[in-house]
Amino acid sequence: MPSIIKAVKLGFDYVKYSEESETPEHVSAIRGIDLSVKRGDFIAILGHNGSGKSTLAKHINALLVPTSGTMWIDGIDTSKVEELWKVRQKAGMVFQNPDNQIIGTVVDEDVGFGPENLGVATEDIWSRVDDALSKVGMLGFRDRSPNKLSGGQKQRVAIAGVVAMHPDCIVLDEPTAMLDPNGRREVLEVIRDLNEKEGVTVLLITHYMEEVVFADHVYVMDQGELVMEGTPREIFSQVETLKKYKLTVPQVTELAYELKAAGVKLPDGVLTRQELVDALMPAADSGKVEA
Amino acid sequence: MGEIALGQYYPSNSILHKLDPRVKFIGTIVYIVSLFLVNTWIGYLFCAGFLIVMVILSRVPFHFILKSMKPVFFILVITMLFNLFLTPGEPVVKFWIFTISDQGISMAVRMGARLTLLVMGSSIMTLTTTPNALTDGMERLFSFLKVIHVPVHEISMMMSIALRFIPILAEETDKIKKAQIARGADFETGGLIRRLKSMVPLLVPLFVSAFRRANDLAMAMEARCYHGGDGRTQMKPLRYAGRDYAAYAILAAYLAVCIVFCWRHL
Repeated sequence: MPSIIKAVKLGFDYVKYSEESETPEHVSAIRGIDLSVKRGDFIAILGHNGSGKSTLAKHINALLVPTSGTMWIDGIDTSKVEELWKVRQKAGMVFQNPDNQIIGTVVDEDVGFGPENLGVATEDIWSRVDDALSKVGMLGFRDRSPNKLSGGQKQRVAIAGVVAMHPDCIVLDEPTAMLDPNGRREVLEVIRDLNEKEGVTVLLITHYMEEVVFADHVYVMDQGELVMEGTPREIFSQVETLKKYKLTVPQVTELAYELKAAGVKLPDGVLTRQELVDALMPAADSGKVEA
Repeated sequence: MGEIALGQYYPSNSILHKLDPRVKFIGTIVYIVSLFLVNTWIGYLFCAGFLIVMVILSRVPFHFILKSMKPVFFILVITMLFNLFLTPGEPVVKFWIFTISDQGISMAVRMGARLTLLVMGSSIMTLTTTPNALTDGMERLFSFLKVIHVPVHEISMMMSIALRFIPILAEETDKIKKAQIARGADFETGGLIRRLKSMVPLLVPLFVSAFRRANDLAMAMEARCYHGGDGRTQMKPLRYAGRDYAAYAILAAYLAVCIVFCWRHL
């Protein structure tokens, strides 16, 4: 099966004009990125600020075109101008700030904005909007003004706006960074639902470790390059390496790591609280915790 | 800072609220034209009667319509005074250097009536139509200007985005203001110049943030395949219903009567 997102030797350079120096400076935001994402996967990309993860995300939606290498979305080269709208329909994008991506003054009008741009017939727009709003659990808010919603609700509306365009994959660029814990949970539930029930390929960009536990595959970026990849368990078992990239592991993983370092026999890469409990209980039974 | 009332929309479910915004826009223009057509007492009474029927149909409380007079009240008074004192004719009252002629009185009352009806008439449109519906209606009405390359769709898109962002920017202004006050800024005291100067530290961050928002929004719109009005469909297209045609018929009849008044000097 061909991969939905594929990048080969992807690089993006730009020229930066700083106020201090006269000569423009060449910066390469990302370089040498090889990526291949299977249809229906839940992919997480981790990285601290300035690691190039947002730049990579914008390449998937063809908001940026690579200065070197190639990016394909469902087999379409994103640098082909005539395929631009097709690429953007296939790869929807949700941004960080919910306020700055909602265009409509009423919730359902905003969700209809994407289909309107695609030239979908009026009746189909309505059914798409109903469908998208119910998938994110916001159908009851369709007549509200977005300004009156909570951050998590706004972000769910933004996700519905992308879902209504029937994309093959959704790229979410730090969708929870501006939300409170409740909003963050709501949004993550919606994203997981879309992935599991609708089979939408999800690419979640974040710096919250807790959010990537459920991912099928995790990539870690640092200084514009992909530096680690693997399952969440594989990634989180390398606590020291992650710390080198200025990332912290989830609290439970950190605790398990510290316990292990202190001599408790535990497996590497404990991801959830339940796993830690399960791993600790037999250990406690045989009295090794005291040791 | 509470919720900012945009325009002066009064939510209700009346027949006027349900009318197509294009009908209401054209209706307002017809009404304004009619006010300049008629020039007699019977004519004004007829126009006033039409307005009263509209007010009743709109189910907007009358004091809301009176409120729309507030900003123009001063202009109204000055217009009436000028007409009262400066119209030449048969003097009725004379004191000191002022003369009031009978033509002056009739002119002043007519101008006053005309202005009052004009403002109240147009306020019915803004009271019964949401700013968004109005923008939509104008886009459709002026779409013929596309022929001479006026970006009608783009202008209307700009207007509706502005409408969406006004409350957000107002909230932001409030936040910045509080942040500046917390650090000792003074927006309240001093003369006009001083107070204007104190606005600078408020406006600079506000503009920076507005530009950042604009940039983000443009990117979000592009990400959702926005590429101008070409090939775009509408989720809520304006479609005339039976009542809209009926309203047009009534408007035509109304205008015809006014033209007869004007022609016959009734």
